[in-house]
Amino acid sequence: MRRRRTGKKGSFHFNPGTWIARHMQAMVGALGRLWRRPLGNLMSLMVIAIAMALPAGLHLLVNNLERLAQGWQGTTGATLFLRMSVKAPDVDRLIRRLRADPDTGRVVHRTPEEALAEFRRHSGLGAAVALLDENPLPHVILVQPADGRLPPEAFARWFQRLQAQPEVDRAVADLEWVARFQAIVALMERGAQVLAVLLSLAVLLVIGNTIRLEIQSRRQEIEIMKLVGGSHAFIRRPFLYEGFWYGLLGGLLALGLLSGAYLLLQQPARELAHLYGSGFALQGPDRLTALVLLGVGVLLGVGGAWIAVRQQLEEIEPA
Amino acid sequence: MIRFDRVSKTYPGSQGGLHEVSFRIERGEMVFLTGHSGAGKSTLLKLVGLIERPNRGQIQVNGQNLARIGPRRLPHYRRQVGMIFQDHRLLADRTVFDNVALPLVVAGLERNEIRRRVHAALDKVGLLKKARALPVTLSGGEQQRVGIARAVVGRPPVVLADEPTGNLDPELSLEIMTLFRQFNQVGVTLLIATHDLALVERLAQRTLTLREGRLVGDTTA
Repeated sequence: MRRRRTGKKGSFHFNPGTWIARHMQAMVGALGRLWRRPLGNLMSLMVIAIAMALPAGLHLLVNNLERLAQGWQGTTGATLFLRMSVKAPDVDRLIRRLRADPDTGRVVHRTPEEALAEFRRHSGLGAAVALLDENPLPHVILVQPADGRLPPEAFARWFQRLQAQPEVDRAVADLEWVARFQAIVALMERGAQVLAVLLSLAVLLVIGNTIRLEIQSRRQEIEIMKLVGGSHAFIRRPFLYEGFWYGLLGGLLALGLLSGAYLLLQQPARELAHLYGSGFALQGPDRLTALVLLGVGVLLGVGGAWIAVRQQLEEIEPA
Repeated sequence: MIRFDRVSKTYPGSQGGLHEVSFRIERGEMVFLTGHSGAGKSTLLKLVGLIERPNRGQIQVNGQNLARIGPRRLPHYRRQVGMIFQDHRLLADRTVFDNVALPLVVAGLERNEIRRRVHAALDKVGLLKKARALPVTLSGGEQQRVGIARAVVGRPPVVLADEPTGNLDPELSLEIMTLFRQFNQVGVTLLIATHDLALVERLAQRTLTLREGRLVGDTTA
């Protein structure tokens, strides 16, 4: 009896409908198996979800910080603290001189009295301030360049001119700390990437190991499948789908964790921004983040399962 | 249908195995394989089912040289050889129907065809009413018949049985053998390993006898 190749019913011909049906069956069957061991699987899923949520959360944080830093670029400027000996008429002269510089834009003068009043209001140390004999605060001048998007070298030259004014005791460039802040954000971004790679590896291993245990526990079944002529593709299919589900559900759970964290942080962040007079609002996981998270989860799930299956299925042979 | 040409199979550090075994079984024959335990009966069946490979010699089954069947073609080869085991090797967590359907499912048959064939096979072994039962709820004889139904459901040209009546009383054993005879009558080639000499005598079929891995008898009744 030869393998029949005629197209009639019951032949081993490739049939797309049957093929899809078998895949659907393997897919649903794998989900069913996960469902039957809810507790152990939920723990594995939580590990996967946390491992995925950590780098994704850090990435979101970095994104938010970057947006915050963008809002500051317009306010780049310098703060000039004048010598204590400099009195009001000298300050006016200095301001006129500063305004004469074509590179200089807005100039704001803050007198020691204003500064002290503000300090009293915001520091909560009003009583202590009242004990002071004289105002310890100097005149402060806030200067912004005429061109808000001055390149760093030009900014540095302009800033040096400000610093060189005889009345100036100390000059602080806002750009410095904006630049530092951006450097920190960049570092965090890189950190998030490193973390993402490491934790992806962890997810791969967790899923691979889970599938490996699953294969071990179904060793006898695999042997019998091989005895009755089950192909490798047929035998590994349910395990790959199991990995797929681990990845997808882990990704969904991670998304849930991120959304939860966002909801918890949203209000305090808005309040903080409000205190600084900023309209900044925290941004939660958007559609792209969600898609990437789920996609990466599925890839890691199927990949981890593939590693386990490759290692194990070849070894299991009926005896 | 099955041809052994000076086949040897030895296991390192063990006395068992086969030595220089040659024989031919024609299409549609029903042959018993007897000998003491350790004589090499199981090894011979494993070689035919490609669970083991010989160290020397050539085996042909259904016109195919088994040495040429690599891992990729192995599943397809196994679908042409139905195997029955003393310990049944059924899946405990699947129903009788699902167990018998397994060879058809792995072969990718469509659902209706599977149902039709499984019912036919179960009907043949008299277990149609137990299709939804789990194997553990069945007696030893019934479980063996499930194993037989699974072995023949894919209509393989060759069926191998390793001590299929090993744990059964004489009456049930005869029932099983009668079943084998019916398959044989529709053209299936059967090779049955057993140490139940009384049964072999009663059925009066060609018998191959192994002793310490060598073929010492080939009697046609």
